[in-house]
Amino acid sequence: MLDEMQSHVTEDGRTIGGVLMEMRNITLRFGGVVAIKDITFDIREGEIRAIIGPNGAGKSSMLNVISGFYHPQEGEVWFRGHKRPSMKPYQVAHQGIARTFQNIALFEGMSVLDNVMTGRLTHMKAGIFAQALWKGRAEEEEVANREQVEKIIDFLEIQHIRKTPVGRLPYGLKKRVELARALAAEPKLLLLDEPMAGMNVEEKEDMSRFILDVNDEFGTTIALIEHDMGVVMDLSDRVVVMDYGRKIGDGTPDEVRSNQDVIDAYLGVSHD
Amino acid sequence: MPADFYFAIEVILNGLMAGVLYSLVALGFVLIFKASGIFNYAQGVMALFAAMTLVGIMNGQVPFAHLFNAIFGTEIHYFGWQVPALFAILLTTLVMVVFAWAVQRYIFRHLVGQEPIILFMATIGLAYFLEGVGDLMWGSDIKTLDVGLPQGASFWIEEQTAFLGGEDFFGFFIDQLDIVAAGVAIVLVAVLVAFSQYTKQGRAMRAVADDHQAALSVGISLNYIWILVWSLAGFVALVAGIMWGAKSGVQFSLSLIALKALPVLMLGGFTSIPGAIVGGLIIGVGEQLFEFLVGPLVGGATENWFAYVLALLVLVFRPQGLFGERIIERV
Repeated sequence: MLDEMQSHVTEDGRTIGGVLMEMRNITLRFGGVVAIKDITFDIREGEIRAIIGPNGAGKSSMLNVISGFYHPQEGEVWFRGHKRPSMKPYQVAHQGIARTFQNIALFEGMSVLDNVMTGRLTHMKAGIFAQALWKGRAEEEEVANREQVEKIIDFLEIQHIRKTPVGRLPYGLKKRVELARALAAEPKLLLLDEPMAGMNVEEKEDMSRFILDVNDEFGTTIALIEHDMGVVMDLSDRVVVMDYGRKIGDGTPDEVRSNQDVIDAYLGVSHD
Repeated sequence: MPADFYFAIEVILNGLMAGVLYSLVALGFVLIFKASGIFNYAQGVMALFAAMTLVGIMNGQVPFAHLFNAIFGTEIHYFGWQVPALFAILLTTLVMVVFAWAVQRYIFRHLVGQEPIILFMATIGLAYFLEGVGDLMWGSDIKTLDVGLPQGASFWIEEQTAFLGGEDFFGFFIDQLDIVAAGVAIVLVAVLVAFSQYTKQGRAMRAVADDHQAALSVGISLNYIWILVWSLAGFVALVAGIMWGAKSGVQFSLSLIALKALPVLMLGGFTSIPGAIVGGLIIGVGEQLFEFLVGPLVGGATENWFAYVLALLVLVFRPQGLFGERIIERV
């Protein structure tokens, strides 16, 4: 297991820092259904943390708790050393947590460039009147934001579709644009909800490469959900395994792979 | 027959001017519908309320004077001052912003995620409520609204164009108010388009119109954007209220211009700002031209139904309107 507070350097030379986010005894219920039951885990700065589990295990619910779309009945969310009060999703975004969605939530009518620009909204501080009058600070901001956005567009290799309305793009590219928008926010924590869902092998490889590059180049902390075990094991530093709303495993891919509960959950177990 | 020909042109010009006013009202609908999916039945009443408030403030009327007097037995009606038009317009805008906030805070915040029909019903309720509040605040008598806009025929245009025709043609007859209204509408649309294309708030507005969940995830407060949109719609209602009020007085029938905006929206599409403009112009011109050409054959008064029949035809062949987003069902 990793040391509690100490930062360390991985085999491939990336630095994993202290605890960035901590979920403490989270319980989430919908009416009588318990989606998440008493789950505790942490995410450390600079790591790629995966949450895996079979369908209906509560992975997406967990991501929605982190991003403020759901509010747990019990438990605490700690972010950057502070206990986080109950927050709306847009407030969470302003704290530096960006996300993508399982079913892609892009602005279909807007161009790729405009979509990625919306990712910069949390960095735009000019007030409504300055914006309306298009003066000084607002203009400087717009230029600075544009530069950052172009950098990300280059990085994710979507220059050729900058002006294309997102609605016309194929699925794989949409996923990449959504990643670009989340990255544009320069998030402290990036949440990816099944970034590889519905992709073919080639697209999956591309996406894996981008996720690793993002983590490597920008040092972005990433928490991702996936149910393709192979992909997760290659990508992540540590893995949380969920089943029926409970945590059944937590550790490095190797540790998790040899965990009997995890094997049972994935392969099924005979009750005799 | 040059005189008839020029008369037809004059009919078209006047149709365009009337169409601009329809567009103004339709614009208010489009703003709210795009951002929140709410068809705001109260848009017409908002125009009436804005115009009443403007007149009330300009004349120094005491709000809720009748109510106040009835309770306390006093006889207060006026503060006894006159407020300059420009300042009064600013104050009225402020009132519309407060109204937008209140609508969001007390009505739609409680209805997030409800069916469109329920939101629509809420706006019907809002329309009647606002109408009542307007009467209670400013009285229900017919008021004249004069913010200093020029009125009556433009003699300059008449003189300049008189040479075109023969002896029975005296130049185009165009109301100056219509010209001002057209100018104001064009500026308003240009500003709105620039705002939505190039500013942070505009981008956020378009984002909310497109996808609520995605908008939240990039840090946009839906509540804030909805208040902004209702405020803009309130301002557009004020502008429409000023133009229509100056033309035909501030009275209950002003709220019925909303009904005129319906065919405009069906024609232009509920989600398109350019659609609202072009739709308004087509209806304005079509109405006048139809009355001019066909009216005499059927006994006149075609203006009352022409717009609706035209909208019906559009609905049959292009249900999303001329400019609306295409409706695609994925199966």
